[in-house]
Amino acid sequence: MSVTRAVGSDHQLARLLQIGMVLEEVVEARAYKHAQSMEIELESEILALLEDAAEESAEHRTKLESLVDELEAEPVPFEQIEPLVEAQYGKTKPEDFDGVLYDQLCNEETAYKFYDDVIAAIEASDTSFSIDRHRLVTVLSGIREEEADGVEEVTTLMESRQ
Amino acid sequence: MNTSDQYLKAIYLVQQVEDGPASTGRVADVLDVSPASANEMIGKLQDRGFADHEKYKGVSLTEDGIVRAREALQTYCIIERFLIEVLEVEGFREEAKTLETVIDTTVAERLDTIIDRESQCPSCFGPEADVCELLECDSFETADSEMAD
Repeated sequence: MSVTRAVGSDHQLARLLQIGMVLEEVVEARAYKHAQSMEIELESEILALLEDAAEESAEHRTKLESLVDELEAEPVPFEQIEPLVEAQYGKTKPEDFDGVLYDQLCNEETAYKFYDDVIAAIEASDTSFSIDRHRLVTVLSGIREEEADGVEEVTTLMESRQ
Repeated sequence: MNTSDQYLKAIYLVQQVEDGPASTGRVADVLDVSPASANEMIGKLQDRGFADHEKYKGVSLTEDGIVRAREALQTYCIIERFLIEVLEVEGFREEAKTLETVIDTTVAERLDTIIDRESQCPSCFGPEADVCELLECDSFETADSEMAD
């Protein structure tokens, strides 16, 4: 165990990026499940939000996959994560529209926090990674920015419903 | 997980193994920090009401400290179980230790939505084996070592 928050190797970096891929895949799969499983048809605004979220997660996943490839690690395929989300969905699914929105807010906030922590851990590191550090941080910062926008979008929609 | 939560978790686990107060030296060993750093952080935890430190005896967590420590341990359990069940990582213990410094509780909670964790977690965590006692990781590790051969 160590209290250091810096990323210490290519291996650890690749593992963190794999976790990022899984987080994106969870968002994508849960968004699809929300859209399918609500007994009452979702309002068009919420449906559009979920579709955008799933699309954005797929884009983030592709960017992360490219970085994972460069580090010569194995990407985590969506087909591997989707059944896991499906299997546990019954225990964790939201009860209503507000629950769907809250779940989506958690997704965006969690993703933002994750990328923020990973960027901080990369910046705190002296390790020379086998991929260009500047490009790595630029890609992750871009994704983090989009997660921040996502938080704002969901919050605005939630406030408009109160 | 932040530094103070890592300390709380370490103290909690050392206390379980030692069945009493945790010695500062042992906590420092577990966290791979100097005894001086451990002493300083334990002092801060005491100031915040999470721990009681008695000279020559060691440090014990308060009720509030135990609550925080168990939350931190649960986050660690999620990371370990995620590494085993989802990413099939052979050296999950070592990797969990390096990842827990970067993985926040909220992130672990999301990962928790795709793993199969028991409701009594983290009470089922074995401090000496450094893994959940309900996890069938022996067969996993055996399978890995066979694959390595």
